[in-house]
Amino acid sequence: MFDQNQLPFDMVQLLDENGNGDEEALQQFSDEFLVTLYKWMRKARVIDERLLKMQRQGRIGTYAPFSGQEAAQIGSVLALEKEDWIFPSYREIAACLAHGLPLTQIFHYVRGHVLGGRTPEHLNIFPIQIIIGAQTLHATGCAWAAKLKGEKQVSVCYFGDGATSEGDFHEAMNFASVYQVPVIFFCQNNQYAISVPVHKQTASWTIAQKAIAYGMKGVLVDGNDALAVYKTMKEAVDSARNGEGPMLIEALTYRLGPHTTSDDPTKYRSAEEAEQWRRKKDPLHRLRVLLEKRGLWTEEKEEAWVAQANDEITAAYEEAVAAETGSIVDVFDYVYGKPSKLLQEQQQEAARRKQGKEVK
Amino acid sequence: MAEKTMIQAINEAMRQEMERDERVIVLGEDVGKNGGVFRATDGLLEQFGDRRVFDTPLAESGIIGTSIGLAVNGFRPIAEIQFLGFVYQAMDQLAAQAARLRFRSAGRFTCPLVVRSPYGGGVRTPELHSDALEALFTHSPGLKIVMPSNAYDAKGLLISAIRDEDPVLFLEPMKLYRALRMEVPDEPYEIPLGKARVVKEGEDVTIISWGAAVPLVAKLAVEMKSKGIDAEVIDLRCLQPLDIDTIVESVEKTGRVMIVHEAVKTNGFGAEIAALISERALFTLSAPIVRVTGYDTPYPVPSVEDDWLPNAARIFEGVQMLMRY
Ligand SMILES: Cc1ncc(C[n+]2csc(CCOP(=O)(O)OP(=O)(O)O)c2C)c(N)n1
Repeated sequence: MFDQNQLPFDMVQLLDENGNGDEEALQQFSDEFLVTLYKWMRKARVIDERLLKMQRQGRIGTYAPFSGQEAAQIGSVLALEKEDWIFPSYREIAACLAHGLPLTQIFHYVRGHVLGGRTPEHLNIFPIQIIIGAQTLHATGCAWAAKLKGEKQVSVCYFGDGATSEGDFHEAMNFASVYQVPVIFFCQNNQYAISVPVHKQTASWTIAQKAIAYGMKGVLVDGNDALAVYKTMKEAVDSARNGEGPMLIEALTYRLGPHTTSDDPTKYRSAEEAEQWRRKKDPLHRLRVLLEKRGLWTEEKEEAWVAQANDEITAAYEEAVAAETGSIVDVFDYVYGKPSKLLQEQQQEAARRKQGKEVK
Repeated sequence: MAEKTMIQAINEAMRQEMERDERVIVLGEDVGKNGGVFRATDGLLEQFGDRRVFDTPLAESGIIGTSIGLAVNGFRPIAEIQFLGFVYQAMDQLAAQAARLRFRSAGRFTCPLVVRSPYGGGVRTPELHSDALEALFTHSPGLKIVMPSNAYDAKGLLISAIRDEDPVLFLEPMKLYRALRMEVPDEPYEIPLGKARVVKEGEDVTIISWGAAVPLVAKLAVEMKSKGIDAEVIDLRCLQPLDIDTIVESVEKTGRVMIVHEAVKTNGFGAEIAALISERALFTLSAPIVRVTGYDTPYPVPSVEDDWLPNAARIFEGVQMLMRY
């Protein structure tokens, strides 16, 4: 019988669960970088917890929490340059924020603002994807365009373990490798696709090993080790930028919360399992231990930073609430460059109703 | 000006747009060296090289999905789906991703993509090569749907489609690729999307059609004239945007309507046109609206396809029924 041990994949790890690692390897990271990394992750956790709470209070719509995946998202996105592209799914809020998306825009999105999907002109962030795996092809095409134009942008596609079962994922890997385009497939294997565990999603032992069949490099990295993620991603980005083609990264991580705010994870996984990850493998914990060891972080700094993050969230939320949410009349403007006669008629009808006039 | 077939006109449109605009690229299965299974892209690889013309891996979703990324990052891809029956493989990328990109991003991103595909019956193809699936896409706001019926229109409409900022599905009736020659200007020209063509003016009955069925309808209208029935024939050319004004104007004049299309009847685009006419011109009608279409079965095997497609006998019967009122 075929033995998957013939496809060995060691997991890249720099920091273990207790915040220890090879001192020499850790020396490559400056104090400033470590603090920036941690601050982003900590802020992301605060944001996630607040959004979850706000959903429960009915202040925002359905939301897909990412707590537990901060190292994978922030570690990977900080390895990018500002002009690089990211193609997120609904779970990559942290990555979007760290790549520059204003928090207010996230609130517009989760509150269902008409313009909620519009990312700012100067940011290369694609709208959040709902169809599992569809964005893998968009990222590949975008990277292909960069290569044809001789531009140095790299495109990064974020998706989950479930997405690797979709045809689009495989078509994207194949196209990317055939054309050697600068795209990075970044899989956050958080071990569940809603309720389905990864071993029921795929029979391969790792997702990273799928890269082999497409003729590209695949790397398995400890997704809760922000430094290992950063280092792996940096190498992938540099090699893609140098014209060495695509890469698949599997970041092994865990979603601590529910799939979305309408999901009950106790139906498909034990509370102990989640608790174990929360206690033992939390990506924030191990980085904070390192920071403390280097004398870069204290409880006071933590409290001040969390308070500041909370203030920022409140301000962004208030700004979003104060903004007009747009109206039904506006949605017609974004279907075609120029609306057809029939569409214009419907828009006029909607406008008349909005103004409270009778429709003749 | 020279006489050209539809396939030559299509080829010329792509070549001239590629010459005019460096951002225009062509991709699909066998479109490069082979020049396309119908030779639509013949010579493009030789002229523009392998950085503008791509023989892609055999994956329809991949072709459309990567085209979206290419379009977003500065190109104007022309993607070929080898036969329209294979478009189901790319349904999400075309109907949900390309179509909705402008909407999802509230105008931040547009998708200037043309998807060309041969379709239509009467050519004895294997299964799932001939199906007319245009109605599926009229249900996807954000897509434009263009269906030329002759060489002149094909060139002008394709050039407009390539220059358009929105994704366009450009459906080419394969039966007409080489069926006729007609005068087609050598220089580039545009035919605006959403403007129907009145093929023949008439007083007694309006026959609305598009794509592969148009030449047949036009020919039969001439025969009808000799039998004393003066039909007005409208070639829609585009289903989205739709030229509703030309339809209503004609219906108000004739009071009788027949719709002819190759696609299956139920939920075909003919049903939409009938509904629009009933909303806008019901009381000018002196007879029920008649549809002559493919039957509600999967596209059949070659031995019976001529009886399945809208044909002369079925169209004449429909017109006679209309004229009895
Ligand atoms: C094409 C498609 N099928 C099904 C769904 C419903 N759905 C939403 S999320 C999800 C699970 C995705 O799991 P994974 O790819 O591992 O990403 P994660 O949610 O864990 O980040 C499913 C089945 C969908 N959105 N799109």
